Amino acid sequence: MTSEAAVMDVPHVGAGTGVTNAKLGIWLFLASEIMLFSTLFTTYIILRLGSSSWPRGWNVLNVPMGTLNTLVLITSSVTVVMAYAKAVERKRGQFRLFMGLTIALGVAFLIIKGFEWGAHFKAGEFPSSSIFLAAYFTMTGLHALHVIGGLITNSILLVLSEKQWDHPLFVGRVEAAGLYWHFVDIVWIFLFPALYLL
Amino acid sequence: MDTSHHNQSWLRKYVFSTDHKTIGLQYMFTALTMLLIGFTFVMVMRWQIAFPDLPIPVLGRWLPARLAPNGVMTGAFYNSLGALHGTIMVFFGIVPLAVGAFGNYIVPLQIGAPDMAFPRLNMLSYWLYFAASIFILSSFFLPGGAAQSGWTSYPPLADFNPGQTAWILAMVIVITSSLLGAINFLTTIINMRAPGMTLWRMPIFVWSEFVASVLLLLAFPPLEAGSVLQLMDRVMHTSFFLPKEVMLFGVLYKGSGGGQPLLWQHLFWFLAHPEVYILVLPPMGIVAEIIANNTRRPPHGYKIIISSMLFIGALSFVVWAHHMFLSGMSPVLANFFLVTTMIISVPSVAILTCLIYSLRGGSIRFNTPMLYALAFLPMFGIGGLTGLPLGLTPTDIYLHDTYYVIGHFHYIVVTGSIIAMFGGLYFWFPKFFGRKMNDTLGKIHFWGSLICMNGVFFPMFITGMAGESRRLWVPTAQVHDLAVQPWNVVGSISAWLLFLFQLPFIYNFFHSLFYGEKTAENPWHATTLDWACPSPPPHGNFAEPVRVYRGPYEYSLPGAKHDWLPQNLESEAAL
Amino acid sequence: MSGYYRWLGLPIEASSYAHSIDYGLLLIHAAMLLIFVLWGIFFAYLLVRYRQRDGVPATRDDERHGWGSLIPDLIVMAFEIALIVFYAIPVWSRIKVDEPMGKVNTIDIVAQQFAWNVHYPGPDGKFGKSDPKLVSFTNPIGLNLKDPAAKDDIVLSDEIHLPVDVPTLFNLSSLDVIHDFAIAAFRVKQDIVPGMMIPVWVTPTKVGTYELFCAQLCGFGHSLMHGRVIVQSQKDYQAWLKSMAPAPSAAAQPANSANSF
Ligand code: HEA
Ligand code: HEA
Ligand code: CUA
Ligand SMILES: [Cu+2]
Repeated sequence: MTSEAAVMDVPHVGAGTGVTNAKLGIWLFLASEIMLFSTLFTTYIILRLGSSSWPRGWNVLNVPMGTLNTLVLITSSVTVVMAYAKAVERKRGQFRLFMGLTIALGVAFLIIKGFEWGAHFKAGEFPSSSIFLAAYFTMTGLHALHVIGGLITNSILLVLSEKQWDHPLFVGRVEAAGLYWHFVDIVWIFLFPALYLL
Repeated sequence: MDTSHHNQSWLRKYVFSTDHKTIGLQYMFTALTMLLIGFTFVMVMRWQIAFPDLPIPVLGRWLPARLAPNGVMTGAFYNSLGALHGTIMVFFGIVPLAVGAFGNYIVPLQIGAPDMAFPRLNMLSYWLYFAASIFILSSFFLPGGAAQSGWTSYPPLADFNPGQTAWILAMVIVITSSLLGAINFLTTIINMRAPGMTLWRMPIFVWSEFVASVLLLLAFPPLEAGSVLQLMDRVMHTSFFLPKEVMLFGVLYKGSGGGQPLLWQHLFWFLAHPEVYILVLPPMGIVAEIIANNTRRPPHGYKIIISSMLFIGALSFVVWAHHMFLSGMSPVLANFFLVTTMIISVPSVAILTCLIYSLRGGSIRFNTPMLYALAFLPMFGIGGLTGLPLGLTPTDIYLHDTYYVIGHFHYIVVTGSIIAMFGGLYFWFPKFFGRKMNDTLGKIHFWGSLICMNGVFFPMFITGMAGESRRLWVPTAQVHDLAVQPWNVVGSISAWLLFLFQLPFIYNFFHSLFYGEKTAENPWHATTLDWACPSPPPHGNFAEPVRVYRGPYEYSLPGAKHDWLPQNLESEAAL
Repeated sequence: MSGYYRWLGLPIEASSYAHSIDYGLLLIHAAMLLIFVLWGIFFAYLLVRYRQRDGVPATRDDERHGWGSLIPDLIVMAFEIALIVFYAIPVWSRIKVDEPMGKVNTIDIVAQQFAWNVHYPGPDGKFGKSDPKLVSFTNPIGLNLKDPAAKDDIVLSDEIHLPVDVPTLFNLSSLDVIHDFAIAAFRVKQDIVPGMMIPVWVTPTKVGTYELFCAQLCGFGHSLMHGRVIVQSQKDYQAWLKSMAPAPSAAAQPANSANSF
């Protein structure tokens, strides 16, 4: 690892753009993620328009739980911004507090989601039961995978803050992870009304 | 030069390396191997196409009875070979060679960067690709066998056919690898250019990789989403692509219904049309580099070529449904895609025109790389021109899903992309290994390949025009194309001869690797930065930081002593 | 099959719009050939004229004429626009969008792996209802035999009889996967998507026997999925229809399984 860092004389800030590689990279990554989820939303719209009957989300899904989850995720977006701010201010203890909170909220989101799914399964509702449920499980499932990905990155940063707090790239990485976490949040903000409320 | 790579273990240096050059070569060897495997598959298929009732010689006795009872292949096995030929050639052969190998090795050199922006991500891309390659090949040995629904994998067939799950999983892995690669390339090209390397001083090859990466980044996610949906259909028994009441082999399938088979086609072609330009833009870039170098003059219309590439890239997102004129999609919608398809052919003509005009006033050196680059031009012309009758809606009614389509795109991807990349291999071999490939063997390889490729693919226009469908396990079963069956025999024999002409290349490649004539830093007297570092370049690429003073192709400047002036030299005195 | 192939290697034109498709093929191929030959000659000339020679250095472009090379583009573009406006859109609309007028002969085609089921309404002109749940080996399209309209229906396998010069509307549907209804001599080709009913019309213009084949990969037996199209004079066709009129009990049995094309 150490020899690696020495060998790689890779500049980390673009000469012409002034943007770090990490930040540019994460924006490009988000562009492809946006394509991924817009495809799923388009699919959802096409399937819905093409179906003769389509259930109302609130008749099938648990709206209170979904609302709760929306609040949880929005709060976690705030905490991740706080974590980034503290990293910029170089306050390690508070960074860890807010990053920890963000992770806890993410876990809470997954647990609530798990209860929702569990209730559906108990009621005999599976992805194969109807095209609406197929879309619901696939889209929320894929979103949950993204949440898990975010949790892993955030946890890694939490651990790294121990030893690499002064690494020149640390703040940039926190920012990139924060951008990603916001994206995951925004996807949910589209998913929730599309599936539960419309 | 730094010395720190002494303490790297062999494994770190050659296998799990993060150096873009090592990764580029890893991509190159894997992709060439995959091309050879894809070629082998099609050579076996060509036996069936030529002599459908006869047992396959030699191989027929080794194949298990499940695949080829009495040595005659089954329809399912034929379809597996076909599906895997298409998939492997496109996603595991040409793209990794064009982007993974040439892009990885050459792009950082040409922009004067020490490495890619994210070296470890780069390594991850390669290993994901490698894993996906192994996985898709091993699918022949999995319980369901290999996929057999064509490279297009249209449901409902693909929702039910055995082997498809492995195909989807391999695709998801290779898509992930390509996405990570695209992010890496874009960041590198945007952020890591040497001082003075403005956008309009970038070599055409770098631009072509840039456009290809944008396409990869934005076009692959929809197919990834589509693959997830198809996976759900197969594993969780959802019905994203299934209407109510579908039968499979005479039994009613108990799915919820409510899905749409055409949805997949839209998702697939939304990727696959941009994908075909990913197959051809980097080879075009290679051709431009070789032509500039061997005509000893700047290419004609540098800016036209680049704007055309950007235009093609943007427009390639709105032509996808020209593959679906007859799919059952609204015939009125077809008019829109007819128009966009015709428009997108215009920038291709512009690029070709510029490349041909580049020859005018040149001092053309006919060395091996140049022969390949020159052959690209008329061959791509044939492939591109035959795209026009396919793009016209009325004539596509007749030509759709015939061998004419197969001929069309093989002229582009084989006599176009493969030929161009062979040229690129001969051209950059000295950079990769510090040695030159043998010229005579190279010329034998060139003429043999060019003639045999035409022998395989031109007859396809004849059989296609006679109405012969593609993907025919037993072409002689259909009476209306019995009369053109001899052309299938001609094609098959040419395909096998084509293989024989690859032997000099394979020998030349490995022999030159160890015993080839040693070359200096810049054997072709080229101007771009990839020739301004030692061959092969050390870790970190450039001995001292490079600066760029001029455009990429300053050949034959009036009044100069030499006919080339590299980008990194302040004045000719330094040559 | 002598006399089957014509110029460009195309099969004979046996339908009302075959000629307009062939006309387009001829036009575009002539243009392609012209473009290719002109470019080819120019290309060869450049290769010879500008080969490397001692003492003849390469010359660079005069910057001011940089955009002149777009002229061939403009020509190609003008030609393509003309093709779109005067050829492609009108012909496509006539074939795929417009409905045939007047008396139409309607036939249902039900594709399955790997056979063509051809469903005629019979003398009453009404199609019996069908239901996939009723599909069985002897009832390949799941015709509901209780439906009175089904009593006189005719179901053939891999064989279509058509009267010459009568516009025919095929309603295409599939029981299982995507197939493609293709008759080369008619220049007809249309994918058949399960869950959809896709109309295709054509007027046969030449008496004779042609081949119907599947043009979309539908499984291991895809290449074996073909049948006969028999175009008869209107008199012969009526005679054939009469001969097919089923005895009431035998209704809707596959009356003919001619596979020996
Ligand atoms: C790299 C790949 C590539 C490229 C570049 C293209 C380019 C084009 N393609 Fe092709 N295409 C494929 C790969 C490609 N295609 C594949 C893989 C399929 C089949 C997929 C499947 O079904 O499995 C396909 C299928 C396909 C179809 C669907 C056919 C069908 O299934 O019915 C259509 C229809 O519009 C089409 C059109 C075009 C057009 C108009 C272009 C245009 O962009 C072409 C423009 C180029 C020119 C017009 C050439 C101009 C050159 C000259 C004029 C110079 C001549 C020079 C000399 C003589 C020196 N293509
Ligand atoms: C990029 C794409 C690509 C490439 C390169 C090729 C290359 C070739 N293809 Fe392929 N083909 C497809 C993409 C491609 N094909 C697709 C998408 C389909 C449709 C599949 C479907 O229906 O679903 C298809 C279908 C297809 C068919 C129709 C099958 C059918 O419809 O039933 C045929 C028939 O002959 C064919 C033939 C060939 C031949 C002879 C080559 C040859 O020209 C190959 C030549 C290869 C080489 C010359 C490479 C040799 C490599 C080396 C020499 C490397 C040496 C190694 C080292 C040094 C380590 N192809
Ligand atoms: Cu039915 Cu192919
Ligand atoms: Cu296309």
